[in-house]
Amino acid sequence: MTLDRRTFLGAVGLSALAVAGRAAVASLATAPEREGGARRWGMVIDPQMCLKAEGCTDCIAACDKAHNVPHLPVRAHEVRWIWREPFENAFPDQASRYTAELLRGKPVLVFCNHCDNPPCVRVCPTQATWRRADGIVMMDWHRCIGCRYCVAACPYGSRSFNWVDPRPYIRPLSLEFPTRTKGVVEKCNFCEERLAKGERPACVAACRQKVLTFGDLNDPGSEVRELLRSRYAIRRKPELGTEPAVYYLV
Amino acid sequence: MFMFEKAVVGSRRYWAWIGVLLAVILTGGLCYLRQLQVGLGITGLSRDVMWGLYIAQFTFLVGVAASAVMVVLPYYLHDWKAFGRITVLGEFLAISAVSMCGLFIFVDMGQPMRVLNVLLYPTPTSMMFWDMVSLTGYLLLNAVIALVTLTAEEKGVAPPGWIRPVIILSIPWAISIHTVTAFLYSGLPGRSFWLTALLAPRFLASAFSSGPALLILLTMAMRRLTGFDAGREATEKLSLIVTYAMLINVFFVLVEVFTVFYSRIPEHMAHFEFLFVGLHGHAPLAVWMWTSVVLAAGSLALLLTPRFRSNEKTLALACGMVFLSLWIDKGLGLIVGGFVPSPLGHVTSYVPTAPEIGITLAIWAVGLLMITVFYKIALSVREGLAG
Repeated sequence: MTLDRRTFLGAVGLSALAVAGRAAVASLATAPEREGGARRWGMVIDPQMCLKAEGCTDCIAACDKAHNVPHLPVRAHEVRWIWREPFENAFPDQASRYTAELLRGKPVLVFCNHCDNPPCVRVCPTQATWRRADGIVMMDWHRCIGCRYCVAACPYGSRSFNWVDPRPYIRPLSLEFPTRTKGVVEKCNFCEERLAKGERPACVAACRQKVLTFGDLNDPGSEVRELLRSRYAIRRKPELGTEPAVYYLV
Repeated sequence: MFMFEKAVVGSRRYWAWIGVLLAVILTGGLCYLRQLQVGLGITGLSRDVMWGLYIAQFTFLVGVAASAVMVVLPYYLHDWKAFGRITVLGEFLAISAVSMCGLFIFVDMGQPMRVLNVLLYPTPTSMMFWDMVSLTGYLLLNAVIALVTLTAEEKGVAPPGWIRPVIILSIPWAISIHTVTAFLYSGLPGRSFWLTALLAPRFLASAFSSGPALLILLTMAMRRLTGFDAGREATEKLSLIVTYAMLINVFFVLVEVFTVFYSRIPEHMAHFEFLFVGLHGHAPLAVWMWTSVVLAAGSLALLLTPRFRSNEKTLALACGMVFLSLWIDKGLGLIVGGFVPSPLGHVTSYVPTAPEIGITLAIWAVGLLMITVFYKIALSVREGLAG
């Protein structure tokens, strides 16, 4: 079989197009990782266990301390990574007139859901926030331009903006973690800096009630999977298709 | 450079007006320096109401910019000769409005010195990236078109042939800028006030009403101040466009209200309730929103009556009402209303602060200064031809 130069070049060109096309289709069709894939960090929360120590804020204090979260005097300017929100606010679609008194008006821990399909990542115009292969939604505080589009896009209110310089409001200052500047967005990072050292997230480690369980959702033998197997759990606004990685036991 | 010499000769009144605008710009500039130093905390914005006056002005002005297509399309595609004298005015209005949009986005940034990161890390999944692309393109298109056509007019020759495809391109481009701006909001899960496919059509209808209304008012002011006459026919045709677009806009709003309140989905109703009657005792915008409704109804009553529409005084009144009504609707209610209640159900009032209003006024003054200078140039060219 003989090939003239023209046919050969044509075939090369077509193959290159096919390869590029396949890559493009594959990147569009990427599904969230499933069993046997890479690690997928997630959290399971037991709100009723949490209520047994109502008034305890150990996890919040530990997170704020670990991440230099400022305590601003005005509510409008507050920055939060993990905090308590009344059950009805966290789960507006679950609350009813007859919601168990056990939960009605009671505080529930909320923070970034580290979604499989995070709208915040989709809208960011500078890729200053992105999703890691292990599911953690990250922030680059040096790239963020402070447009707050991600805050508008987050259906959980999990993101905070630094309306003023946060540094005067950080007590005590930790030298282990960067502080932020005014004009950038921040949120929970699932303690990726501690995970890198093989430690559990600060909130999980600080809780004496074992309210928070952290682990690999892709590992069928993990503690989080065991909890999800044995008890019924709900997620915040699942109908939006964001696929949160934070579960609440009921 | 681009006939700017024509803008530096003018009457005492002209210079007094320029002086007033510069004073407003200077005041706002000082407010901005303060914002740069302290942060966006000097505004009335909060962790619940993330965007306010700045982004709302941006949204409204994208509409004004897009509305230039309402004179460009009839003139270039349908050969409506009546618009011959005002087409370039529409394009200059678009240039000024897009420039204001850029400034409003800029002052809203938490880290303005990093704004070029949008170019450094282009992100096609972000509607903000596409908004930047479409607005920049639209600014360039209109700048080239206005420069080329006006230069040809000054020389008394026909514009070069290559400009026609550029002008034709500017027509769908104008539609695109406001569509993409609507997509900024209408694609966000969990913001039910904006989560409607009707948002982009609604944006376009309100733009094609408020923009030509402003153009009518500007040409009227020019006739009074300078003797430039846009022509009776042009005004009549523009007023028809304002009327139809306003009707379609009101129809769209009513369609939205039906869907929201007949379905009775609480999450969707809450935003309208906050705007018009208030929630949990917070009703900062109710007075404004009802004013907008009354102005819209009143303007339509005037515009739909041929006698009032053809009378210059009542037409001016109607155009003023249309502009103000839609400014309240888009420049106040639409953005703030989308943030309250928050995804966590919090109801937070938003009231702009004095420095925030100062910065906003300064950007409007920049826009007015641009319009003044551009229109002065355009008029001088025409007076030169007549004289």
